[in-house]
Amino acid sequence: MFKITDDVITGAEVREAVEAHDAGAVVLFLGTVRNNTDGRPTKYLEYEAYPPMAEKKMAEIAEEIADKWGLHRVAMIHRIGKLEIGEVSVAVAVASPHRKDGFEACQYAMNRLKQIVPIWKREVWEDGDADWVKPDAVFYDELPERT
Amino acid sequence: MKVTVKYFAVCHEMLNRSEEEMQLPEGATVKTILKQLEEEWPEIAEFYEVMQMAVNWEYATENTELADGDEVALIPPVTGGTDVQDNR
Repeated sequence: MFKITDDVITGAEVREAVEAHDAGAVVLFLGTVRNNTDGRPTKYLEYEAYPPMAEKKMAEIAEEIADKWGLHRVAMIHRIGKLEIGEVSVAVAVASPHRKDGFEACQYAMNRLKQIVPIWKREVWEDGDADWVKPDAVFYDELPERT
Repeated sequence: MKVTVKYFAVCHEMLNRSEEEMQLPEGATVKTILKQLEEEWPEIAEFYEVMQMAVNWEYATENTELADGDEVALIPPVTGGTDVQDNR
C-alpha cells in the first residue's frame, strides 16, 4: 500500500497491509502534528501532494528497502489537507523477520520519503502567519513577490 | 505540442494557479517552460537551482525533451529536514 489520502490515518491500515506469518516484527511509525516549531506555536498544518508521483516514489522507496534489507512488506500512507494538532499525517509500516532490520528500514523509509516524495507542508501559526516548510529556512523568506 | 504543467506549494501560491496547458514548439524541453514562466514571474529564475522538475512523474532536468501530452511539474523543495542519510 502506497497512498495519499484525505482521510484520517490510524496506522491500522498500514499495519494490516504488511501482515505476514513469517514476520517476527512490525515496526510502525506515525508522524503527528506538533503544536510548535522551535517554540513558535502552531495552529494547524496543511499538506499538499502530487498524488500520482508521490505514490510512485513511495513504491520506489519500498524497492530500495527490498534491495538493501531483503524486506518486501512495506506500506506508506500520507494524509493531505488540513490537519489539527495531534492528528497523524503519515504512517509507515515495515514487517521483518527480526526487529533490527525493521527499525532500520522504517527509519530509512521516512528519511527517503521526506527527500524524494513530493509532499509539502504549510505551517499556519497561532499568530496568523503561514509558511511553507522547507529544508532551508532562508529560502522562502527571500522568495520574490510575483510581479 | 501541448503539455500540462502543474504547480505546487509556493509555486502554486506565487503563480496563483495549480495547473495549465501550454502550447510548445516541437523540440521543446523543460527549459522552454521555465523561460516562458520567467516572462510572467522574472524572479523565479533565482530559484531554479533549488527547485526540481518532473516529467510524467519522474524527476527530470532542464534538458529533458518533451512530447505531446506530457505532464510537467515544478517541484519546490519537499517537506522536512536536511538530516537525510543512508543508514547502511
